[in-house]
Amino acid sequence: MTKKVLILHDMLKLLGFIGAYCIFLGKVFKKPQGAKVFRKLIMREVYDLGMSSVGLVSFISLFMGAVTAIQMAQNFQGADIPVPNYYISYATKVVLILEFSPTIISLILAGKVGSYIASSIGTMRVTEQIDALDVMGINSPSFLVMPKIIASVFFNPILIMISIGMGLMGGYLIGEATRMWSTSDYIIGLQMPMATRLFVYTFVKTVCFAFVIATVPAFYGYHVKGGSLEVGRSSTSAVVWTSVILIILNLILTQTILS
Amino acid sequence: MIEIRNLKKSFEDIEVLKGISTVFETGKTNLIIGQSGSGKTVLLKCLSGLITPTSGNVLFDGQDTTKYNYQERQQLRGEIGTVFQGSALFDSMTVLENVRFPLEMFSNLSVKEMDKRSEEVLERVNLTKESFTKFPSEISGGMQKRVAIARAIVNKPKYLFADEPNSGLDPKTSMVIDQLLHELTVEYNTTTIINTHDMNSVMEIGENIIFLKNGFKEWEGNKNEILTADNEAVIDFVYSSKLFTKLREVLLEEKSNSKKS
Repeated sequence: MTKKVLILHDMLKLLGFIGAYCIFLGKVFKKPQGAKVFRKLIMREVYDLGMSSVGLVSFISLFMGAVTAIQMAQNFQGADIPVPNYYISYATKVVLILEFSPTIISLILAGKVGSYIASSIGTMRVTEQIDALDVMGINSPSFLVMPKIIASVFFNPILIMISIGMGLMGGYLIGEATRMWSTSDYIIGLQMPMATRLFVYTFVKTVCFAFVIATVPAFYGYHVKGGSLEVGRSSTSAVVWTSVILIILNLILTQTILS
Repeated sequence: MIEIRNLKKSFEDIEVLKGISTVFETGKTNLIIGQSGSGKTVLLKCLSGLITPTSGNVLFDGQDTTKYNYQERQQLRGEIGTVFQGSALFDSMTVLENVRFPLEMFSNLSVKEMDKRSEEVLERVNLTKESFTKFPSEISGGMQKRVAIARAIVNKPKYLFADEPNSGLDPKTSMVIDQLLHELTVEYNTTTIINTHDMNSVMEIGENIIFLKNGFKEWEGNKNEILTADNEAVIDFVYSSKLFTKLREVLLEEKSNSKKS
C-alpha cells in the first residue's frame, strides 16, 4: 500500500514537472520585446552556446572517430567472412552520423552548455536580476530563454556537422598513421551512399536535442529558490534530467523515424 | 499617489500582510519601516506587481491595479522604477549599458540619444565618466546602488520603489543615497516608496512613514512625530539604541517644557 502511494506521489510529481515545464514554454514563446536588444542577445548566445564549444567538440570527435575506425577494423579484419576494408570507413561514417555525433555530442553539450544555462539563469534569479526584468515589464522567460533556443537550434546542427567531419578525419589520420587500411579504401567507403531518411533522422534528432538542451536547464535555473547552494544543485539536476530526457527522446525518435 | 486598501497576502497558511490600508503621496519620500520579517518587502513586491495580493486593492492614481489584465500590468510596470536591495544590476552589461537597457527596451530613441540620456542620469547620481565602461563587479557597493538608481529613473518613472537602498553601505554613503532619492523624488515629482529599517534614513528623509509589525500597520506619521510617538511597538523599534533613547528623553523634556510655558 505504502509503495503504491509512493509511486502515485512520484507520478504526480512528474506530471507537475511536465505541467510547469509546459507553462514555462508557453511564456517563453510569447512575443519577444525589444528587437534590437534581442538580436544582440542571440549573437551573444551563438557565441556562448555554440562557438565556444567548437574546440571541445572537434577534439572529442577527432579521437572518437579514430577509435571507432580502429574498432571497426578489428572487427571486420578478424571476422570469419572476409569484409572489404572500405567497409571500415563506411561503418565509421554510419556510426558517426547516426549515433555518435548527434547523441553523444548532444549529451556532452548537455553537460557543458546545460550547466552554464542553469547556473547563469539561476544566479540571475537569486540576485534579483530576473525580478528587475519583471518589474520593468519585460517578459523574462522569453527574454532569457528564447535567444538561447534560437542560438542552440541554429548552431547545434553546425556543431554536429563539425563533429561528423572531425570524426571522419580522425579515422583517416589513424589509418594513415597505422597503415591498418589504405587511403583509397577509406575514401571509397566514405563515398558509399546512405539513405536520405538517415540524414533526415540525424537532423531531426539534432534539432530536438538542441531544443531540450536550451530549455530544460533554463527551466531549472529560472525556478531556483534560495542562494548559491541551490544554484549549484539546480545546475546538477538540470544536467542529469537533460541527459535522461535526451536518452528517452533518442529512443522515441529512432523508433518513430527509422522503424 | 498610491493607495492601498485592506491589503492581505498569505503564503500557503501563513498570513504575511494582514489588512493594510494607507496612502503614499506624490512628490514625497514615503517610508515603510519595521523589523526584519514584518512584511515590508512583501508589501513593496505587491505594489510593484511581483507578488499578487490575496485580497484588497492597490490603486495607482485612482486606478485599481488588482483588476488589471496582463497587458495593462505590463504597461504600468513601464512607469515604475525599482531599486533592489542587492542592486540587481545585469552582470554581463557595463554601467552605461545597464542604465541604457530600459531605454533600449521601451523607447524609440536613437543610440546617440539613448547614450546622452543615460550619461545625463549617471552624472545626476554623481558617477564619473571613468565608471561608465566598468562592469558591476568592478565598482563599489555604493556605486552599484547609484547605478541602480540611475537605471530606475532613466525612463522618468511616475513611481519609484526602493527596497532597503542602503543595506550594506557605510553611514556616510547611506546618507548620500538617501539624499539622492529625496532630491530625485522632488525633481521628478515621483511617488517614492522606500523600505528601510535604518533610523538614520527615517530621520533624514521620512516625510511620510508607515510602521509595520507582524503584517499589521502599527503606526503612521512623519519623522518629526516618530521620536515622540507613544506607540509601544514604535518606541521599541526606534529606541533600540542608547543614542536614540537619550534623544527621546531630551525631546520629551522639551515637549513638556513647551507645554508648561
